[in-house]
Amino acid sequence: MSVLNGVSYGLLLFMLSAGLTLIFSMMGVLNFAHASFYMLGAYVAYQFSAWSNFWVGLLIAPIVVAVLGGLFERFLLRKTHKFGHVPELLVTFGLSFVVLEIVQLIWGRTSVDYPIPASMSGSLFKVFDSTFQTYRGFMMLVAVLMLVALYWVIKRTRIGLVIQAALTHPDTTEALGHNVPRVFALVFAGGCALAGLAGVIGGNAFITEPGMAQSVGAIIFVVIVVGGMGSLAGALIASILIGLMQTFAVGLDWSFAGAFTTLGMTITPETFGYPLWKLKLSQVAPILPFLLLVVMLVVRPKGIMGTRDE
Amino acid sequence: MFYRDNKPEVGKEARLKFAVKALAVGVIAGIAMVGGASAQNVKIAFIEGLSGPFGGVGQNQLKHFQYAAERFSGKNANSGVNVEIVPLDSKGSPQEALALLKKATDDGIRFVSQGNGSNVAGVLIDAINKHNERNPGKEVVFLNYAAIDPDFTNSKCSPWHFRFDAGVDMKIEGLTNYMKDQKDIKNVYVIGQNYSFGQQVAKFTADMLAKKRPDIKIVGNELHPLGQVKDFAPYVQKIMAANADTVVTGNWGPDLVLLIRAANAAGFKGNFYTFYAGVIGTPTAIGAAGADRVRMVSYWHPNTAQNEIESVYTGFKQKFNEEFYTVAAVNAVRFLVASVEKAKSTEAVPVARAMAGMKMKGASGEDIEMRASDGALQQAMYITQWTKAGGKDVKFDQEGTGHGFKTVRYLMPQQNTMATTCKMPKR
Repeated sequence: MSVLNGVSYGLLLFMLSAGLTLIFSMMGVLNFAHASFYMLGAYVAYQFSAWSNFWVGLLIAPIVVAVLGGLFERFLLRKTHKFGHVPELLVTFGLSFVVLEIVQLIWGRTSVDYPIPASMSGSLFKVFDSTFQTYRGFMMLVAVLMLVALYWVIKRTRIGLVIQAALTHPDTTEALGHNVPRVFALVFAGGCALAGLAGVIGGNAFITEPGMAQSVGAIIFVVIVVGGMGSLAGALIASILIGLMQTFAVGLDWSFAGAFTTLGMTITPETFGYPLWKLKLSQVAPILPFLLLVVMLVVRPKGIMGTRDE
Repeated sequence: MFYRDNKPEVGKEARLKFAVKALAVGVIAGIAMVGGASAQNVKIAFIEGLSGPFGGVGQNQLKHFQYAAERFSGKNANSGVNVEIVPLDSKGSPQEALALLKKATDDGIRFVSQGNGSNVAGVLIDAINKHNERNPGKEVVFLNYAAIDPDFTNSKCSPWHFRFDAGVDMKIEGLTNYMKDQKDIKNVYVIGQNYSFGQQVAKFTADMLAKKRPDIKIVGNELHPLGQVKDFAPYVQKIMAANADTVVTGNWGPDLVLLIRAANAAGFKGNFYTFYAGVIGTPTAIGAAGADRVRMVSYWHPNTAQNEIESVYTGFKQKFNEEFYTVAAVNAVRFLVASVEKAKSTEAVPVARAMAGMKMKGASGEDIEMRASDGALQQAMYITQWTKAGGKDVKFDQEGTGHGFKTVRYLMPQQNTMATTCKMPKR
């Protein structure tokens, strides 16, 4: 059960970070506003599901987010591109604030009621007493479909070939008659669409509120750094690793105090540093990904599947 | 300072201009004074997380205060005291709250209110104590509407702090007295947010249950980071693996919404004993799945037998389309207005002296008292159960869910009296 929960959470993280890592590997842009597109996806889907139903939201929200992402690339990012990486970074950083404020203006500062469709709030199957919600299964299905589709587009289609070519040899690709800036805009919009899709799925599984971008923003950077900058496979491995790690850590009540006791030492509240020793693994679970990030940067800076040299 | 910056403006013409300006300012001030002669304006700096993970709750509480000020002060209340709420966004952070406290005191505001997070309230109490010591004549009074760490009215009590909510100890006393009589409770799991309040809930629940029902086993005691967890599924797994039939949680806002939602998704069938099931967004999350399984301890709910403020509840709902539940906001405004009237002053020291020991009728018609010895409001307490609306017990449902709170036990103020260890310094 924990494995399933961990994997489903991990796959959601992957949906989020796939777009980010795609954009980074293709364009060299570290998109700070990526999580904002995730939030936009959730809100747009909420709006459409309120007007009609969830499925309409699922279909339309990623498209809306992709269009917004494409417009942003075309009219802002491309203009700052020639000034170098720092202005690019700053413009995406600024965008994340703008999106946050716009979302708050339109939908308010409180969370919105974006429910899971009734058809999927039941249980898919039972393990012992606990049920596995159909929606979690759906989450996993969408993520896997997306993964397959993404792989197919990049490796097996003509567009994918052009994208790969534009990535390594933009000048040659342009000389061959391909519109490289348009390819970039397409990639950026595609990446945003993936984030939007994750928002549609994640927004109702968890919570749709203005703070949601911030809360996942940090963790997707952990995913792409641990997985290796620009590596899709790495992002997949890292997402699932982090999902599993968080889920399992919550279930474990290990602590230093317990370890010392097994070693035959006595730990009491009077022992020096007791507040640290009594900390249970389950209590620190949410910071484990960041610990992993630090360890990864020290041990293997290029990440699990990273290809960049020092 | 302002005029010093306008250096180029010297000479006769500038002086003339200044005179005209001064005259204009004087006339406007005069008009304002004539207009305001009948009402004294009192500002409350509302320092709260109005954005961030708990921003939704903060915004909703702000509306409670603004509505309470509208209804219970100024001309609507036939009072010469007009309360004005000045919202300041602390983003839920103690550091930001301190900076805002400084800003409020610099602006001459003498009354501060905060409630979401005992971690923030603790820092504010310390800062206000210091400020008042160092700035005689410019003291500040803290009207705490929801931070319920019992230390604030015991070991850390302050003459400047008044709490309108009930302390954790008082709430758990009531809750465990009710749980004591529920024979089907066997395994209790305590889960809470990892900060002073969550830790207090865990400690008091374990201590009081051990005394009242030694046969109940505490099968789990979990603390998770405040406002950080998005996926509660693993926590629910753990609760179910521990065979818990009852969960006690002090979680509030999204932390409670997500916990209950995950529990519903995983098919958890046990009961929830909560503090904040009525807070914005939570009733929706509980929904029909939580019927008869979610209980709450609170000092008020809309379906009390005697509801003195029903028009406030319905008026608030009509105005904002949100549920009204923070009666502490109403009481804070009422006590402040009455204290200003009694003290015939808007300065903090006389108002604090007037407020200490003040008695009133509460929202359920009970006698409430702001106890002078520790600054804790003595009030009634309810244990309620989430039940299908309709019938005489559940007149109002919550957030359109078709379910609402039903009183399952009423505790009169004198039944909730907790001893205090506070040695109150002179106000």
